[in-house]
Amino acid sequence: MSDVINLNLQVWRQENENSDGDFHYYSMKDVPVDISFLEMLDILNENLTKSGVEPISFDSDCREGICGTCGFVINGVAHGPMARTTVCQLHMRHFKDGDTLVIEPFRATPFKIVRDLVVDRGSFDKIIQAGGYVSINTGNGPDANSILIGKEDAEEAFDSAACIGCGACVASCPNASAALFTSAKISHLLQLPQGQVEERARVKSMVDKMDDEGFGACSNHGECEAVCPKGISIKNIANMRRSLIKSIVK
Amino acid sequence: MSILKAALPEKEIITHVKKLDGKTPGGDLQDKWSKYKSEMKLVNPANKRKYNILVVGTGLAGGSASATLAELGYNVKTFCIQDTPRRAHSIAAQGGINAAKNYQNDGDSVQRLFMDTIKGGDYRAREANVYRLAEVSTNIIDQCVAQGVPFARDYGGLLTNRSFGGAQVSRTFYARGQTGQQLLLGAYSSMMRQVAKKQIELYTNKEMLDLIIIDGQARGIVIRDLKTGEIETHTGEAVVLCTGGYGNVFFLSTNGKNSNATAAWRCHKKGALMANPCFTQIHPTCIPASGEYQSKLTLMSESLRNDGRVWVPKSGDDKRPSDEIPEKDRDYFLERMYPAYGNLVPRDVGSRAIKRVCDEGRGLGATGRAVYLDFASAIDRLGNKNISDKYGNLFDMYETITGESPYNKPMRIYPAIHYTMGGLWVDYDCMSNIPGLFVLGEANFSDHGANRLGASALMQGLADGYFVIPYTIGNYLANNSLDSVSDTADEFKVSIDEVKKKNESLLKIKGSSTVLELHRELGAVMWDLVGMARTKESLNEALEKIPQIKEKFWNDLNLQGTENNLNKSLENAARLADFIELGELMALDAYDREESCGAHFREEYQTSEGEPLRNDEKYAYVSAWEYVPDSVSILHKEDLNYEHVEMTQRNYK
Repeated sequence: MSDVINLNLQVWRQENENSDGDFHYYSMKDVPVDISFLEMLDILNENLTKSGVEPISFDSDCREGICGTCGFVINGVAHGPMARTTVCQLHMRHFKDGDTLVIEPFRATPFKIVRDLVVDRGSFDKIIQAGGYVSINTGNGPDANSILIGKEDAEEAFDSAACIGCGACVASCPNASAALFTSAKISHLLQLPQGQVEERARVKSMVDKMDDEGFGACSNHGECEAVCPKGISIKNIANMRRSLIKSIVK
Repeated sequence: MSILKAALPEKEIITHVKKLDGKTPGGDLQDKWSKYKSEMKLVNPANKRKYNILVVGTGLAGGSASATLAELGYNVKTFCIQDTPRRAHSIAAQGGINAAKNYQNDGDSVQRLFMDTIKGGDYRAREANVYRLAEVSTNIIDQCVAQGVPFARDYGGLLTNRSFGGAQVSRTFYARGQTGQQLLLGAYSSMMRQVAKKQIELYTNKEMLDLIIIDGQARGIVIRDLKTGEIETHTGEAVVLCTGGYGNVFFLSTNGKNSNATAAWRCHKKGALMANPCFTQIHPTCIPASGEYQSKLTLMSESLRNDGRVWVPKSGDDKRPSDEIPEKDRDYFLERMYPAYGNLVPRDVGSRAIKRVCDEGRGLGATGRAVYLDFASAIDRLGNKNISDKYGNLFDMYETITGESPYNKPMRIYPAIHYTMGGLWVDYDCMSNIPGLFVLGEANFSDHGANRLGASALMQGLADGYFVIPYTIGNYLANNSLDSVSDTADEFKVSIDEVKKKNESLLKIKGSSTVLELHRELGAVMWDLVGMARTKESLNEALEKIPQIKEKFWNDLNLQGTENNLNKSLENAARLADFIELGELMALDAYDREESCGAHFREEYQTSEGEPLRNDEKYAYVSAWEYVPDSVSILHKEDLNYEHVEMTQRNYK
């Protein structure tokens, strides 16, 4: 391993949902630049465990940027400084020797802090339950090629469907709005004939649910798109609004 | 060598004399499943709501099973360890899903998919299960498209396909390099629809730690709330285990960090047989490990082998950068060794070939454990744009991790543990030997034999969940009278005590080795001695070393924190305790199987060309191990009777 850097970390530590939290300070020496951010935290946790301190709780699973499990804020930016990158895919080569890194959980009322950097994003499930599906029971699908979908429509639907539900959009929004998440699902289904049948009921119900869960309103700030590790576009929010207006007007 | 062999003590394995019965229905292979469906007993709609079904795990198998059983009217309770079911590790599957649609008009059929799967599995899978898998594969695609899964399409709006290893037809449906994600989100959305209808009760952040058997039937589970540490119990008329594979025994694998064998292993300790545990798949194309802090390995989809060419320099001394090595000094060894299948040989064949050239000293870089996967000729032929459309996200992922762009420089790849074909033993109904305990997806052993073909894991998970379990569970419930049970029964009390004691004892050790250190230690033993190539000596060594790690674990574990809070180290420690025991059984299973088949490669048994040499006379059976506390497991055998297929030596040349 060639290069190493030294870092100062300020990490948010909080015992559980109801307790108060505060920042703890750790200095990290000789961090190899080829490892990922989470591997850097693994090393810190090993050191803490060895010195009899409980390690920092943070969530991760696939470490390939697809499961949406990991995520926290680094120096004020959800998933850190690199565009279109989850923290598990963020590598230490993007930091400089001597950097101070402030690490905090995704903060939003509907995301309860479980411990330290771990938050529960179950409220996203509630939004999907409000209509983020095609109402079809197993076994009822017609032959797959009987539904023709143009290549471009399929690609656009895919772009919307690529959301990993990590919650960075909510954590970065000054209103803690879930508009990008919700609209991505709405647009994914809207762009496919299978999904168009239920368009009106779906959009109304999902938007209402978003409000019920305590997410704020969208005010076109755009930070959600900037931090989204999958590059989900705020065009989706425009699609959602158009669809919502249609559902109210008709 | 021979002297050393003679000096080795022979492990005594007790074999159960009564053969296991897979309960395959009679009749012609093509008719077995339709016959089963037409003759099985049904549960009438009004009665379905009286049954509680406990589904554990929400990957493709658990998600599709939960949704489908709920649609039928059963009361489903679904459990997952994540904060939302959408994060199960199926989400990371990249390349695609097989189905015998024959949309390409290239000669595909159910029969051909069946044959490819049986052959790919090196004749160690149960014939009737594999046929059923191929048969329902076409329904899966219809179902997923109807849900809105955005599969890749041609300009005319029709679905398009790609080729995968071990097949000479294009039958793999895909959604860029994120097929697993899209299929999982399809199953998840169907689940959410049923949660909204209150047909599914969803329990997130819960880990199953024990199975409750009452009067010989699976009737409940004991779970730990991962946020509060509380131990809870649930009763039901059947338990459907969909908890995935055990590749993390090796520490470094392509599995997610939370993928574990605990639920399955605890069932095993309650009597469920563990089948073919040594059948573990090594995926040929992963990003090589870069250093000691590596926490996991990242797969580069097999689909890349459609357009990427695998090569190393002809000479091990050739240290020139790749672009300075002329064609004549390159060895495209897969194309050379296997001209018929070329770069698209099955995974086990590809992995071993890569290991071989690296063992010859022709591997790349400082570690010598890497080969090139080169897209230069495909980019010349198709252009950057086309390649980006097909593999854009994979190329980006590679660049993020390594800092090098595959558009300019060939990828470097090396095999890694990826999938486990072994798992809990199930019969044709996907039911374990414990009545009422069903096991689906990667958690069971049933369909892939000794080696799984690419794009078949997604197929099997969804086949089991959407199209098999809704039938077979009904047949079980209708044929058995099940008295009501209460979670105040003694069986629950005993189990809760055991689970609590186990966690407490882990926290009491107060030693000096961390979970991560011990896991790395286990992983190194498993990879070196029970990995891509195994020998009697290496397995003997593993069988000595693993108990030493177990000893060290229970005497020297350093675990901080308490059990009454989110404590990831505690979760990982409890999972590692189970991985260690499972690792030992894997070594024992590999020791017992004195042949090479598929991914199980015993160096003593190979053809003159280095291909696996099966011994059908002695080993055409499923090894199903029974747990015996504090002693060697007992081996049960299910003979594999091939009525419709002739067992031949695999040949991909």
